[in-house]
Amino acid sequence: MKAKGRVFRYKDNVDTDVIIPARYLNTSDPDELAGHCMEDLDPSFVQRVKPGDVIVADRNFGCGSSREHAPLAIKSSGVSCVIARTFARIFYRNSINIGLPILECPEAVEGISEGDEVEVDFDTGEIRNLTQGTGWKAEPFPEFMQGLIKADGLIEYIKQGGLS
Amino acid sequence: MGMTMTQHILAAHAGTDSVRPGQLILADLDMVLGNDITAPVAIREFEKIGRDRVFDPGKVALVPDHFTPNKDIQSAQQCKAVREFARKREVEHYFEIGEMGIEHALLPEKGLVSAGDLVIGADSHTCTYGALGAFSTGVGSTDMAAGMATGKGWFKVPGGIRFELTGKPNPWVCGKDIILHIIGMIGVDGALYSSMEYWGDGIAHLSMDDRFTIANMAIEAGAKNGIFPVDDQTLAYLKEHGSKPPRVFSADDDAEYQQSYTIDLSRVRPTVAFPHLPDNTRSIDDVGEIPVDQVVIGSCTNGRIEDLRTAARVLKGRKIARGVRVIVFPATQKIYMQALKEGLIESFIEAGAAVSTPTCGPCLGGHMGILAQGERAVATTNRNFVGRMGHPESEVYLASPAVAAASALAGKIANPEELEQE
Repeated sequence: MKAKGRVFRYKDNVDTDVIIPARYLNTSDPDELAGHCMEDLDPSFVQRVKPGDVIVADRNFGCGSSREHAPLAIKSSGVSCVIARTFARIFYRNSINIGLPILECPEAVEGISEGDEVEVDFDTGEIRNLTQGTGWKAEPFPEFMQGLIKADGLIEYIKQGGLS
Repeated sequence: MGMTMTQHILAAHAGTDSVRPGQLILADLDMVLGNDITAPVAIREFEKIGRDRVFDPGKVALVPDHFTPNKDIQSAQQCKAVREFARKREVEHYFEIGEMGIEHALLPEKGLVSAGDLVIGADSHTCTYGALGAFSTGVGSTDMAAGMATGKGWFKVPGGIRFELTGKPNPWVCGKDIILHIIGMIGVDGALYSSMEYWGDGIAHLSMDDRFTIANMAIEAGAKNGIFPVDDQTLAYLKEHGSKPPRVFSADDDAEYQQSYTIDLSRVRPTVAFPHLPDNTRSIDDVGEIPVDQVVIGSCTNGRIEDLRTAARVLKGRKIARGVRVIVFPATQKIYMQALKEGLIESFIEAGAAVSTPTCGPCLGGHMGILAQGERAVATTNRNFVGRMGHPESEVYLASPAVAAASALAGKIANPEELEQE
């Protein structure tokens, strides 16, 4: 599976409150959530994001609240992948559980700027910066997590007999 | 090499003698928790799995505490979905308005968590129960759904960071100051993916309420959990609250920790976290002039009886500064009633504070105390992110109940120690 898109580049500690503010948590409808994605950090994100786009961030992306509405909002806004130096742990497992591809790759984060076009191959972990002609390889997920991702998330994984 | 306390609990729940950091395990769950924001998503996912029942109706807790009492029609719909699910699936621990409290104060109070338990909750502050010597951690709604269906969860075994606590805290210093001090020291991702394990003779000087506060904010350092050893105080608490018999685990003497810190509690100062991260801390001595519009005393971090006693000690017989709005939220009905009996509520109201029924409301900018553009609050809550309590251009300063109450009187962030000298 591959994804290609333009980069939205953010810094350290992007918290789930700015990804989807609590004032919108009286719904869990993915489309409604997508309509407010990143609102308190980047108010024009919703107008600019296109299907396939990629979020690239520094350390501790998704820190704070456990709200799954955050990766849901990102996924539903059309973002194909989030690449960060590190992820906050609940955001990390939520993303895997709902099938939002994420990659930890500090070197790639270093070499990607706002607006660059990147291509990501989730099977191999390869990240290519098409704008700058550079590339990296992220650590592959452990086998168990790959199983979750292949099943399109934890719920399908359980339906197929996993976790018992 | 020896294992940490957390690793022992995880191993026991995975049916094995030993685990190592980084290992992925499947573990049995003793309690699965959700609230009115996270449970509706979990219920939707649970129904997709197609099971007739939850794995154990006695091991699921549903607490509508975030946007309750229902703040608007959509929130009411979410609460209704949770209520109907609880009824249909015969969930034993559903708490309606009137008996409901803030989940992380409520579950220990109701005896639903014991030492040695493995608890997941679709709320990041589920790590609070580490104060009881349990492994508890926040997860998302899908994990909650999977937990309700199967009674199992997947975990990456965390490494540990050791915090050796020595000495005795000064009179106006409480658990909040200690955890803010620690987060300021190690940063908001200083314990990422790790356990924060507390050791040392300083722990004996920390009340259970102090320990709940310290464990509660482990997530603010990025940790998977924060955990205290089980001592006489823990056992007395568990007994008093009718918890099931404790399983006492402890770290091996040669447990491997990735880092170690020693903290002399007698040197910890009242501490304030400035906007917009919990690690942006300053000692009260370095705060400067910070006028405030609102003071919030409560939350899963600091809404317990000792917190209210401290706040009342400061506010009793005094008047809140003109122009400052003070809202006090006892975390549970039982705490509220106790505060009433002790005359604390009277002290709050006479000082000019509003007292509310339990809710998470303002802490996450839900309702009951939202900030307007440019406004500033000092709060005993746990996060001060951009927009956390309302407008994206408002500010939250995190502090202890003593500092919050002293600030209410002064109309600016103030040191409770100076108040005493008056």
